Amino acid sequence: MRWVNRQVGRSNRLLLGALPILLLVLVYLVMAAQRHAENPADKILPLPGAMVESMSALIFEPDKLSGQLIFWADTLASLERLGIGLGIATLMALVVGLALGILPPVRATFGPLVTGIAVIPPIALLPILFIALGLGETAKVGLIVIGIAPVMIRDVADHVTALPREQIIKAQTLGASSWQVMIRVALPQAMPRLIHAMRLALGPAWVFLISAEAIASDVGLGYRIFLVRRYLSMDIILPYVAWIAVLAIVIDTTLTFTSRRMFPWAHGASH
Amino acid sequence: MSALLSLRDVWVEYGDRIVIEKLDLDIEAQSFVSIVGPSGAGKSSFLRLILGQEAPTRGTILLDGEPLAPECGPDRGVVFQRYSVFPHLSVLRNTMLGLECPRAPFTARLFGAARREARDEAVAMLEAVGLGHSLDLYPAQMSGGMQQRLAIAQALVMRPRILLLDEPFGALDPGIRADMHALITKLWQDYALTIVMVTHDIREAFSLGTRVLTLDKRRHDPHAPHRYGATVVYDIPLNNRADRTICEDGGITID
Repeated sequence: MRWVNRQVGRSNRLLLGALPILLLVLVYLVMAAQRHAENPADKILPLPGAMVESMSALIFEPDKLSGQLIFWADTLASLERLGIGLGIATLMALVVGLALGILPPVRATFGPLVTGIAVIPPIALLPILFIALGLGETAKVGLIVIGIAPVMIRDVADHVTALPREQIIKAQTLGASSWQVMIRVALPQAMPRLIHAMRLALGPAWVFLISAEAIASDVGLGYRIFLVRRYLSMDIILPYVAWIAVLAIVIDTTLTFTSRRMFPWAHGASH
Repeated sequence: MSALLSLRDVWVEYGDRIVIEKLDLDIEAQSFVSIVGPSGAGKSSFLRLILGQEAPTRGTILLDGEPLAPECGPDRGVVFQRYSVFPHLSVLRNTMLGLECPRAPFTARLFGAARREARDEAVAMLEAVGLGHSLDLYPAQMSGGMQQRLAIAQALVMRPRILLLDEPFGALDPGIRADMHALITKLWQDYALTIVMVTHDIREAFSLGTRVLTLDKRRHDPHAPHRYGATVVYDIPLNNRADRTICEDGGITID
């Protein structure tokens, strides 16, 4: 049987999917054990015990200086920045993307500007943001917004532009004005695409968040990772990275679920 | 009979390419005009003209004696071969959209008694096209024939002065197509519609229409084929009347 025809069942899929991850963990453990056999004080590949010990201090014990549970404070701060940044970018993508996509004069006027902003590497704008907005929360959220909004706007605008011309004509023969075409025809059909754009933007959003936190911050997941790097604290960095991965997967899954739940018509015939 | 739609010396040109030349035509109310012709003979351009999707380069188009605005409006309904229905709305909501837009300029949604009224009107229309039992389906869950029934209901609920059909049954299989022919004939009679249908199927054109127009180029310059446009070369009145029955067994297609 050809490999392109080999379908994998549900339980087998779970098993096969877990296999490489378990293998990777196993390889890590073997290598860590090997290094620790040579040098019990090794910091580069910490054993799980050391990770649990350092992390439980961050998770359960209040920091002596600030009195906060550091791990949760970091998570909350980062998620807040990510959430606000993603939220603003999504709103911009919806409003601007919709107008660009459906109204030719708006596209002619602002299309080149959006394209121009989209091709600037956002990190190059970080100094401008820090100078203009200070080193506070605004600059970090600003970086996320500038980093992901143009791509999301273009994605939504392209999707709306690609709606069959027949639909737009049909709506007009049903007496719809430009506004009504926007809110009744274009907007609902842009929504699933918007959620898709959010999922794709999530990766870059994390990159910009961690970068901003690494450069100027006093709390946050990215800040912590770059702080403890100075002490080669792999026992903290590795669990933090894993935690970021878990958060990203949870957000992604939630978005997919939301889209399937709210827009069943956009996900195939089997509603 | 009075002319519902009049075209006077209409030309359509794109740059130096002439698509339609010197088209003079009157379409009477309650007629069923079939339009045939080879590809590239301006059938689609002709439909876009009447639809208001584009303006003629020269000449005038009058609907009920008034010049036609070069923009689509609710006085002209349309059914395309595909993409005529909105995939994000159920059958009922698809049909209600036309009732909601003119009555609620800002929200394009109706509430309360107005909504119930629109719903009843839409349901009655859907029952007339045979979709009374599929109100809550989405277009993706329906066959091509059902989608075209929905597109027709959507257009007719607006009570358009003219219904334009752009190869509406071209993508359907022969059995379904025969059903659709019976349906459109019945609707044409019941609602006293004026229909302009573009088709590739000559048998369909003759069996449905009260008049068949053939668009083609009268003259041909082999060195500059784009310099002559198409116009009506045959205008055939038929005796199809309200009391006729249609016989349908497959079809002949040109080009």
